[in-house]
Amino acid sequence: MIPGNFEYHAARGVDEALQLLARFGDEGKLLAGGHSLLPMMKLRFAEPAHLIDLNPIEELRGVREDGDDLLIGTMTTETALQQSDLVQRHCPVLQEVVALIADPQVRNRGTIGGDALHGDPGNDHPAVLMALDARFVIRGPNGERESPANGFYLGPYLTQLGDNELATAIRIPKCPPGQGYAYCKMKRKTGDYATAAACVLLTLADGKVQSARITLTNVGPTALRAEDAEELLVGQALDDGLIEQAAQAAMSVCEPAEDLRGSPAYKTHIAGEMTRRAIRLALQRARG
Amino acid sequence: MAKHAITLHINGQAHDVAVDSRELLIHTLREKLRLTGAHIGCETSHCGACTVDIDGVSVKSCTILAVQCDGAEVQTVEGLATPEGLHAVQEGFMQEHGLQCGFCTPGMLMRAYRFLQENPNPTEEEIRYGMAGNLCRCTGYNNIVKAVQYAARKLQEQAKGGQPA
Repeated sequence: MIPGNFEYHAARGVDEALQLLARFGDEGKLLAGGHSLLPMMKLRFAEPAHLIDLNPIEELRGVREDGDDLLIGTMTTETALQQSDLVQRHCPVLQEVVALIADPQVRNRGTIGGDALHGDPGNDHPAVLMALDARFVIRGPNGERESPANGFYLGPYLTQLGDNELATAIRIPKCPPGQGYAYCKMKRKTGDYATAAACVLLTLADGKVQSARITLTNVGPTALRAEDAEELLVGQALDDGLIEQAAQAAMSVCEPAEDLRGSPAYKTHIAGEMTRRAIRLALQRARG
Repeated sequence: MAKHAITLHINGQAHDVAVDSRELLIHTLREKLRLTGAHIGCETSHCGACTVDIDGVSVKSCTILAVQCDGAEVQTVEGLATPEGLHAVQEGFMQEHGLQCGFCTPGMLMRAYRFLQENPNPTEEEIRYGMAGNLCRCTGYNNIVKAVQYAARKLQEQAKGGQPA
């Protein structure tokens, strides 16, 4: 199985990638790690006439601090995130999610930008980046802009990224010390997309929830934020009853499609269970 | 469509080849260079039978374009053994019966080879996590884990200058 014919272009820098995008218009497609796009091209689900390879662009790789934020290059591989001391120190939930994505070989090639910008509702990074209040740093013909992850996802494979734009980095506010976090993912086997997954971030003050974020993977056309569930928790001392209410609120925003991973009812049930587990784990970690 | 002239350094030897844009590395290796050790299994980056080493990391060669590997150091299963004998991972798979039909074995060997450099003294859990990108439909994996443990012991003894296991 090989992809259809296309012309390959190695972009040597961000400017060159943008020029190539401008030249080829909707016939051009950016190639990151290739572990979503190349399989889609083999199956003829995607047939770009021109592939613009971002792999040679070193400035798109790596994690650095920028004041109170982490700035992660979009071409940073999942393996590099797993090995990053900065990510471990300032954004441990990112390492928790990466460990549950695919397998070692795929993580060696797969990138955070490829996962987050492809728009596949099965990908794990979007929900986590939404919970983290991350922002995409985007370059285009009119210069640089930032776009928050919340609101970025419009539908399957449809995002706020323009055809002539390139996301160069992901800006993530450093997680406050003592923040509880968890990403709980049910999958049928290693390498599978989530049947359902939940990301929870919690901070506590005097035993009560000061702030809460709850987001869900693969139970809707995009990653979902369960704001009602978040609001139930804020200002409260958590107990089993409240956790159950929050799980029910999270389930109420789910609208999964039926596929081989299960029926909508089953996936919604799993999303509820992942939410319960993620709240409990985040709470345990917040208490230290 | 224009061909791309690339150079691959495979098992220490330079090969100049002309490849199509859409040509996957596994096809260049198997069909142009007749290095048929790496296998084509699922073709969708799940099974790991096509795993090779590219610039020191394990990669599934069915999901990377040959043109992307221009100038790269590629190691395949053909490069594991030396005139002195089998590599420790090969010996481990033989001694511990880590294969039955053998189809997944070239990918298993190349992943084990790299994994044991990343983690020379792994726990069983770490082996299972580190080898999770390679599927085997015969063994049930237990003997593969034992084979990697065998190779880890042998490599550690070799590193200490001791006698081979």
